[in-house]
Amino acid sequence: MSALTDEEKKMVVKALGREPNEVEWGIFTVMWSEHCCYKSSKKYLKQFPTTGPHVLQGPGENAGIIDIGDGLAIAFKIESHNHPSFIEPYQGAATGVGGILRDIFTMGARPIALLDSIHFGAHNHPKTEHLLNGVVAGIGGYGNCMGIPTVGGETHFHECYNGNILVNVFALGVLQKDKIFRGIAAGVGNPVILVGSKTGRDGIHGASMASGAFDADSESKRPTVQVGDPFTEKKLMEACLEAFELDGAIVGIQDMGAAGFTCSTFEMSSRGGVGMEVWLDKIPLRESGMTPYEMMLSESQERMLLVAEKNHVEDLRKIFKKWELEFAVVGEVIAEKRVRGLFHGEAAFDLPVGPVTDEAPVYERRIQKREMGPAALTPCRPPNMEASAKGSPASPISLFDTKRTIYRQYDSMVGTNTVVGPGKEVAVLRIKGTDKKIALTIVSGAEECYADPYLGAVGLMEKAVRRLSSVGATPVGITDCLNFGNPENPEIMWEFAEVCRGINDACRKFGIPVVGGNVSLYNETDGKNIYPTPVIAMVGIGANVCVES
Amino acid sequence: MKVGIIQFPGSNCDQDCLHVIRNVLKQPAQLLWHQVSELGDVDCVILPGGFSYGDYLRTGAMAARSPIMKAVSAFADRGGLVVGICNGFQILCEAGLLPGVLMRNKNLRFICDDCELQVERTDTAFTSLYKAGQKIQMPIAHMEGSYFIDDAGLKRLEKNRQILFRYTKNPNGSVADIAGIINEKGNVLGLMPHPERVCEKILGGEDGMGFFKSLCQR
Repeated sequence: MSALTDEEKKMVVKALGREPNEVEWGIFTVMWSEHCCYKSSKKYLKQFPTTGPHVLQGPGENAGIIDIGDGLAIAFKIESHNHPSFIEPYQGAATGVGGILRDIFTMGARPIALLDSIHFGAHNHPKTEHLLNGVVAGIGGYGNCMGIPTVGGETHFHECYNGNILVNVFALGVLQKDKIFRGIAAGVGNPVILVGSKTGRDGIHGASMASGAFDADSESKRPTVQVGDPFTEKKLMEACLEAFELDGAIVGIQDMGAAGFTCSTFEMSSRGGVGMEVWLDKIPLRESGMTPYEMMLSESQERMLLVAEKNHVEDLRKIFKKWELEFAVVGEVIAEKRVRGLFHGEAAFDLPVGPVTDEAPVYERRIQKREMGPAALTPCRPPNMEASAKGSPASPISLFDTKRTIYRQYDSMVGTNTVVGPGKEVAVLRIKGTDKKIALTIVSGAEECYADPYLGAVGLMEKAVRRLSSVGATPVGITDCLNFGNPENPEIMWEFAEVCRGINDACRKFGIPVVGGNVSLYNETDGKNIYPTPVIAMVGIGANVCVES
Repeated sequence: MKVGIIQFPGSNCDQDCLHVIRNVLKQPAQLLWHQVSELGDVDCVILPGGFSYGDYLRTGAMAARSPIMKAVSAFADRGGLVVGICNGFQILCEAGLLPGVLMRNKNLRFICDDCELQVERTDTAFTSLYKAGQKIQMPIAHMEGSYFIDDAGLKRLEKNRQILFRYTKNPNGSVADIAGIINEKGNVLGLMPHPERVCEKILGGEDGMGFFKSLCQR
């Protein structure tokens, strides 16, 4: 479990001018975790080009948004769910899909497509088959139930992932460009409302788990993996999309993912330059006897926090009740830039917003160039998924057959927008009521990026541009998921810096903005790091995108 | 032809059916919320695909007990046209409007794939525009699509000519390659493949149009 360092603890005490209580320590621990505050990577991510004539929303929100003309826009983002998927593959992957879909519909967009990039260890490693089957079933289980098609993806096997698999999921949605919702709190006295599922004890400290390396006891971390309920999320999505139609009712909205209630209250306050008073007794709970610490750190899925206009609360309640969801006013916006939690009439925590969010530490970690050279090549062979389903022993088969076995488990057509589905390098979707088509591709190249992180990253960008160009689509933006080893290792940090330099240079040369992304560090087990694995999802648009790719 | 499409919590092909009927066929269609007890002014009811109630308990089991299902039963008794697609088929079986059950696919996995179907009968409200024995392409996307009925039940289905669609290459282990059946009266249809996904050339096929056009001809 990654806790705060002694140095960070001193910073906390200094910022507050006092020793925090237990709940407050918990809040700082998750908010200052790598997963939430990007303390090792921020310096490098800042260089990316994030603006452009069509960018309506760059990084820093739940998803990036690009104007595609005729009053329409697309929202998209990629996320990793690597650590949880290794511990519990089905739920880890399923909640990864759930999380990225919430990121899209919280912006006001209806999700229309999913892609994934999944990386496993060698075919003969004892865990590979179990992890592969679990992850694929989890992605399908959640996406299929939500009714969002998984239209493409990539699967990769290499021994460097024996101890740390990668599960990256991308989602894209369509929205009206003048109806974008953001994770912002505003309007003193406006109610803070929690909607969706009840809060339980699952996922406590998930963000910190995802910010640490694995060792032999990773198995014991199972309770920190959240459990997904796609049925509730489907209802939550429909309810939110219906609520967005109520003019002026919702001021701001944010999904509750990593660090749950803590992250959403502090981040929304931070973006709005306000604070919140929250009443923990009002949070609908799944089990009795939960403490403020557990409520603040729970990562129970399928929850959203929204700030509403005071006089619209009852209209909103009607919508969420129609969809049989929890709807609880749990606090209000205050002018003071603090988030204060009351429990049984007493302050359970009372913290200034700045130190928890914007003033989180940023590190300039040491970098050390390592020798470059060819990557170790693991025969990129998957286990035979069909054979073991029939009860015969697993033996390797071609990657082609395995990919078909994988994508046959994903509904790739629901929504009736899929023009080109899985099995191709580019997926194509139509947008109903227009002549527009969206082309999507997802690429990674761990071996190339190990051999030369800078050129490897440039090569990935080139590959993605070539793929989109070859179907006649114009690339309009990327979202990237940067999967690396332990950033405290200077050679890993060098890989990270070089890959970022490559992505940055290529994006600038091609004139393609980075509108959002995700960083997953500490993909290390027993001192063994994964190869640098940037995953790039590139989105293109065009009216004349050719159907045959 | 006025079509009502039922929205259960967890339905996810409701909008796809609505799109085909309204925008492709240019016919009136409306969504019906599962909590209502009246169907209103409709000539045909569609129970769309999806995961009603998250497939919890047993696929279709909870939706079959929704308030609106009493009205659907009464509508079917009066001879109204009822169509269940995918999860809708599962619900109709659970509601007792169609015989048999849908079990987990033989390979125990979700299957999304194109399938070839043979149209077994064309003298029904659902298939009048197909040719007898016509082979059509229609995708499936389900976890519980393996149709099962006991021997006596299967004999009845065959004798009454209730089997409307059969897979030419059985994807899921269904008894007698069954992809879609009707009730004895011939006004209630359940099928696992998704006709609404193959009604536009841009999506790769239009073989579903025969089905929707047959319906709308009524």
